[in-house]
Amino acid sequence: MTTSIESTTTLTVEIAGETGWMPVCSYADLVPGRGVAVLIEGHQVAVFRDRAGRLYALANRDPFSGAYVMSRGIVGQRGEVPTIASPMYKQVFDLRTGECLDEDEGPDGDPAALRTWAVRTR
Amino acid sequence: MSDVGKTNVVLVGHGMVGQRFVEALVEQAGGRVAVTVLAEEPRRAYDRVHLTSWFSGTTAEELSLCSAEFARQHQMDIRLGDPVEAIDRIGRTVTTRAGRSVPYDVLVLATGSYPFVPPVPGHDADGCFVYRTIEDVEAIEAAARGARVGAVVGGGLLGLEAAGALTAMGLETHVVEFAPRLMAIQVDDGGGEVLRRKVEELGVTVHTGAGTQAVTTGADGRVSGMTLSDGSELAADLVVFSAGVRPRDQLARAAGLAVGERGGIVVDERCRTADPHILAIGECALAADGRVYGLVAPGYAMAEVAAAEIGGAGTDGFTGADLSTKLKLLGVEVASFGDAHGAAEGCVEVLYSNTRAGVYKKLVIGADGRLLGGVLVGDAEAYGTLRPLTGGALPVPAEQLVLPASMGAPVRFELPDQAVVCSCHAVTKAVIRNAVTTHDCLDLPAVKKCTKAGTGCGSCVKLIGSIVTEELAAAGIESMRGLCEHFAEHTRAELYEIVRVKGITSFTRLIDEHGSTGAPGGDGCDVCKPTVGSILASLAQGHILDGEQAALQDTNDHFLANIQRNGSYSVVPRIPGGEITPEGLITIGEIARDFGLYTKITGGQRIDLFGATVDQLPQIWKRLVAAGFESGHAYGKALRTVKSCVGESWCRYGVQDSVGLAIELELRYRGLRSPHKLKSAVSGCARECAEAQSKDFGVIATAEGWNLYVGGNGGMTPRHADLLASDLDRDTLIRTIDRFLMFYIRTADRLERTASWVERMEGGLDHLRAVIIDDSLGICADLDELMDRHIGTYRDEWAETLADPDRVRRFVSFVNAPGIPDPTVRFTAERDQIKPVLFEKLEVRGR
Repeated sequence: MTTSIESTTTLTVEIAGETGWMPVCSYADLVPGRGVAVLIEGHQVAVFRDRAGRLYALANRDPFSGAYVMSRGIVGQRGEVPTIASPMYKQVFDLRTGECLDEDEGPDGDPAALRTWAVRTR
Repeated sequence: MSDVGKTNVVLVGHGMVGQRFVEALVEQAGGRVAVTVLAEEPRRAYDRVHLTSWFSGTTAEELSLCSAEFARQHQMDIRLGDPVEAIDRIGRTVTTRAGRSVPYDVLVLATGSYPFVPPVPGHDADGCFVYRTIEDVEAIEAAARGARVGAVVGGGLLGLEAAGALTAMGLETHVVEFAPRLMAIQVDDGGGEVLRRKVEELGVTVHTGAGTQAVTTGADGRVSGMTLSDGSELAADLVVFSAGVRPRDQLARAAGLAVGERGGIVVDERCRTADPHILAIGECALAADGRVYGLVAPGYAMAEVAAAEIGGAGTDGFTGADLSTKLKLLGVEVASFGDAHGAAEGCVEVLYSNTRAGVYKKLVIGADGRLLGGVLVGDAEAYGTLRPLTGGALPVPAEQLVLPASMGAPVRFELPDQAVVCSCHAVTKAVIRNAVTTHDCLDLPAVKKCTKAGTGCGSCVKLIGSIVTEELAAAGIESMRGLCEHFAEHTRAELYEIVRVKGITSFTRLIDEHGSTGAPGGDGCDVCKPTVGSILASLAQGHILDGEQAALQDTNDHFLANIQRNGSYSVVPRIPGGEITPEGLITIGEIARDFGLYTKITGGQRIDLFGATVDQLPQIWKRLVAAGFESGHAYGKALRTVKSCVGESWCRYGVQDSVGLAIELELRYRGLRSPHKLKSAVSGCARECAEAQSKDFGVIATAEGWNLYVGGNGGMTPRHADLLASDLDRDTLIRTIDRFLMFYIRTADRLERTASWVERMEGGLDHLRAVIIDDSLGICADLDELMDRHIGTYRDEWAETLADPDRVRRFVSFVNAPGIPDPTVRFTAERDQIKPVLFEKLEVRGR
């Protein structure tokens, strides 16, 4: 990802919803290593930017607490895998796939995975 | 007491073994049995083994083995002070002294033993005692107050304990032992001689080979002394008999059950008497091997067997016990194991004896070269490795095992797999290794839980620890020294030094220059990021939400509030020392009311406001800051509160102004980021109403100044704080706390409270004093400067956040819909306030 400073300040982050790409925020709204929550089509989506500038969009609901807080977690890495740690009970998820790296199931018995959305800048 | 469908188990006697039996029984058959305990003593089971600690201040409460909570939880029907007097085996009922009749399906006799008192003239005179119960030691303590000389009859384990207690109470103490040496059962003549010298050095006069002919009494009928078997007289104001115990088998005997020739209720390997409804365990029982065991470990083993028998679980039965023992008597280590007296045919002895140094070590070696047993006095360190070797071939020449380390290279050898490491639970080294290799137990607590090893007397715990470490190392699992995979070579303390010395101000620079292979250029993780964030903050480097630092913080620090289970936050304004004006209270109340927050008084003497959404946080704080409040840092690994009692201004007992000092300390250290949270308190007198001794640093007023305590902790593993320094003036006190805190911040591990930091400090409290009071490392000037810098650069985080629109901007629920609060954060009502509505699906199983 090589973009000049001028262009990043005006870039818009878009998420692929059911009705097509939807702008959600400006790229500059995203702090490297942190996330924000956005509302699209009735869903809460957590959008993250890592240190290298890559973007990720996943469900904001933490399957372990049920709270909509994933956007407030800490971005990190496990080996090569980019990760997000839930701020509630600290389970770690793969930012690319939404898969939980620590536990297979949430307390409700459902698979502990976060839905993912395609995300891009324009 | 007849729960339908449950087996009525009636336990007679509530001693240590009886209690262990109940614990084992409820674990195995909790729902299927109703337990009734009928006991003679007026209190629930307590630790008789440590009875002597009564004299050093241990309370009955602390000795107790059965909490009210345990009794309640298992619905135990405990009748104290009402012993069973008769058993009706046909009607299957027992009758108590008070005349109560209690039916049983299974009766378990755990009546223990009674002290043997030789029937000499005067043995029951006023001033004669036995040493068995809390009531006994209470009586001895009372009698000792007016006494000068005390005599103990019996030089065994209990006798020496009693002698130690009398000496500690300032009595001239004599021990009268019939056998030719002390502790005749455990040690041989040589060991007994070394033990005697050691005991005599402590001021106890030892008479061996001496029988008690009579206890003499004065005109008032009170004890005046003893006549010994050689006709000599010994003046004494009190006499304690501890000449052995006898099984209490009278109940069984009267009920027609078989008892041994020398006492003890006859039981088989499964602890059953001839009556299928009656079992007997512990010191009252004559075990299947024809012995009565007077030690607690075999009693515990029998308790487990009896519980398994009743619960229907499988059991190997009780066929006898290893009488190996290691003790510390009057400060002297004594150990004895296996064939300590060399009874085996053709055995030889290898011994080292040094009366001057007070050390005696003897090994008994069989004709075939195997280790059969041994005696260690004065230095029993080797017991842990020698006892498991018993019965096997020695890995090194026996001489090497008894000679002091200074006379040869330290002995290092491997225990064989079949060596029994924990004799209380008969756990071999192989089982411990197996727990590590195939049951994934990666530390000592896990191994103890998995194998039960080390959970009995505990003498083998050190050995288990080294086996676990060895096994982990062999499996290539090294306990990771570093912080996380990104800083695998650096502990938190090392990172702190790197940041400080190199003046590093960003996480990216630290990970790029000092991260492990693969880490530079990357993101780090949720372990190293907040840790480094805290280090940067400790070194007073600007606002924690500025620039890159913002990305390092946990959500609590990121929103300067505490996240709660539904994703809402709580707000805690600082209330220094817990002192607040009526206006302050009203303001907080008005804000809580206006925002619909739940309010609760915290344990730290402040007020927590719950249920704020992220959008509300700046609005709430705007009003709090306007009213003069500032951040309470309840969200941070930082100083939380300094509690106080009301002190001398109001309290008629107070000797200093505790509130004033608490406020000064709280304002001095507010905002100080540390490896973990810091709590403190100041009490205005020794009554300690502020509970300062349970804090990371606590201060208690004295008439002369202030006493400083450090390393206390509440929480999961409570710890009483240690007294670091006494009677300090105010300036010295504050400087000492400054250094304590900065030294802690500098050297502690991530999330390590001061309690465990103090505990693991090499050299302990003395080292800590040397560093921060005597400046032994020459770092005090540095520590002082760091603290001065912290104080000089402190700013209220919330006021600074509100002053900067960029910082305020992040307090939105949704960046693409500012002003819309999170619809999933909902509340219901409880006791006139709000409470979170939990997420339906999860409520089924809860968290």
